Amino acid sequence: MRRVAVVVFPGSNCDADTLDAARAGGSDAYYVWHRETDLRQPDAVILPGGFSYGDYLRSGAIARFSPVMQAVSAHARAGGVVLGICNGFQILCEAGLLPGALMRNARLKFLSRPVRVRVEAVDTLFTRAYERGEELLVPIAHGDGRYVADAETAALLEAGGQVVWRYVGDNPNGSTNDIAGVCNAGRNVVGIMPHPERRNARVLGGDDGARVFLSLEARNATQHAGDMRAVDGRHLRV
Amino acid sequence: MNAFKVQIRVMPRASLLDPQGQAVQHALESLGFTGVGAVRAGKHLVLELQAANREDAAARARAMCDRLLANPVTEDYLVAVETT
Repeated sequence: MRRVAVVVFPGSNCDADTLDAARAGGSDAYYVWHRETDLRQPDAVILPGGFSYGDYLRSGAIARFSPVMQAVSAHARAGGVVLGICNGFQILCEAGLLPGALMRNARLKFLSRPVRVRVEAVDTLFTRAYERGEELLVPIAHGDGRYVADAETAALLEAGGQVVWRYVGDNPNGSTNDIAGVCNAGRNVVGIMPHPERRNARVLGGDDGARVFLSLEARNATQHAGDMRAVDGRHLRV
Repeated sequence: MNAFKVQIRVMPRASLLDPQGQAVQHALESLGFTGVGAVRAGKHLVLELQAANREDAAARARAMCDRLLANPVTEDYLVAVETT
């Protein structure tokens, strides 16, 4: 059972769902308030969605200077595992832990609806229970979701296999190369705009997001195939 | 120490899509304002700042932009210092 720290900023609003989803995935998840400087030895840190500090100045620009972010940066730079969802992704970009930035949606509207994404990378701790190329239906809820990176950075992301999720069919926000999620070069820091925690059970309309959290617990999935079994053609933790 | 007023203009980088500017341009067109070319929308911040001199004020304002006020990936900024 992994220890998962869910960071709560003033204005976070997906923290409770994220905690529940991590627990449903089998993790020992707990909250860490943004003023805290001790993450309490987590195996993974999740920065949840929301509107930290009211999105003032730029989404994530002020949250990245929260006391807790020094600890998150130190954790990440030491190879620790970090996931940013939506506002969490924006914060990770602002903090320089992920390349690029997230700007206002190309058509300006706040978008809150399910979108289709393709899993492009399965060698991160949050996507290894998926199959490469698999398509998922997961909701987005953002006004600033247009992923922007200069041509050189975008080419490096593509060449390095750092695009984790990509919008398929429809690019809702004008993101560069239809990018919905990326990881850093070390593959320990992941950011995604869609909300897997909002789609982790059939009663929520589907469970395509559940394996983000199950992936964390699928320790050494390839070595210990006995921990996994195929259900409906998908890998789920027993 | 002297009091300065620092005007900071933060603009989306010219090479990037600026949907807010485009929306304003379309609104101006639909209101009948002709001859409007590209419109770009940014932010303007006004700071009251205590500094030794004008150069010091400008240097500190630029440091603020680099650290917080502008995103180096997506925005450019311009700093203008006025004596108050």
